[in-house]
Amino acid sequence: MRYEEFKEGIRDGIPICLGYISVSVAFGMTAVLSGIPVWAAVLISLTNVTSAGQFAGTNLLVAQGTYLELALTTLIINIRYFLMSLSVSQRVEERMGIGKRLAAAFGITDEIFAVSMQRKKRLSAPYMAGLILTPVLGWTGGTLIGATATSLMPPILSAALGIALYGMFIAIIIPPARIHKSVLYAVLLAVVMSCCFYWIPGLKKLSGGWSIIIITVAVSALMAWKFPVSPEDEEDE
Amino acid sequence: MQEIRIGYLLGGIAVMAAVTYMIRMLPMAIFRKKINNIFIQSFLYYVPYTVLAAMTFPAIFYSTQSVPSAAAGCAAAVLLAYKRKGLLIVAVGAAAAVFIVQLAMNLML
Repeated sequence: MRYEEFKEGIRDGIPICLGYISVSVAFGMTAVLSGIPVWAAVLISLTNVTSAGQFAGTNLLVAQGTYLELALTTLIINIRYFLMSLSVSQRVEERMGIGKRLAAAFGITDEIFAVSMQRKKRLSAPYMAGLILTPVLGWTGGTLIGATATSLMPPILSAALGIALYGMFIAIIIPPARIHKSVLYAVLLAVVMSCCFYWIPGLKKLSGGWSIIIITVAVSALMAWKFPVSPEDEEDE
Repeated sequence: MQEIRIGYLLGGIAVMAAVTYMIRMLPMAIFRKKINNIFIQSFLYYVPYTVLAAMTFPAIFYSTQSVPSAAAGCAAAVLLAYKRKGLLIVAVGAAAAVFIVQLAMNLML
């Protein structure tokens, strides 16, 4: 029973793992090309398990930035995980102990969060362990591959794979948006705001991490106010 | 290229890892009981969709070698997702569309 949960986690983690390999290979390549040793690139991937956060951090390391700059940049880019982790904390089994909760927290990435939110059942520790294990292996292993063999993939192929993770996000958003009007409105509003932040000159100064936080909080709060969800709706979704 | 000192590198990696873990760990450590407030429950229900939508658009259009190939990949992903295909199919389908369009563009230039 518990082993089944672990296996389901592994199974759900495989698409994430595949998406991670292409991105982490690219990370390993660029890190080494910019002067970071192979072991450090692998260590960064293993201990951070983030994309944008560790890319920016690695750039700062190359530029010999101060630790304060490094901490603030990491904080701003990764602060969205706070909201994701909060959502996950509400979906894990209530009996899950503090140790297991703290261990699961290590693996809250955009993709692992997204897939765990899709699961109908409450999240168990073995499921989370499986769901986190394969992507972390893919992320770290991909970094090692990219770092050691700096020109393994032809650029046209690795560039094409760059869209894979976004494709996965779209696969998560669209099916529920077809069913629930409120989810569709939330998605459309978030997209419009995100484009405004991206393309309107004055707003562009705001870093990507902050704009995502602002959009997430503003849109989710507005929708929660206008279209509150009762716990029953959530179950049969 | 300037040599980066190992001590500095290790310290920097530790700072990055510690900050990232704190962000992920604090909510899990603090909110161990189920929140029963309808507003907060609804808020958290919408978070996944808003955060993923905001992260995907418009960034997806700059995720490949050119905007047209990315737009083709995006269209393929939306279509496949609309037909309720699984995560892997949608992701691979999007990458395939990008690859084909990019290849065609490179050949034409």
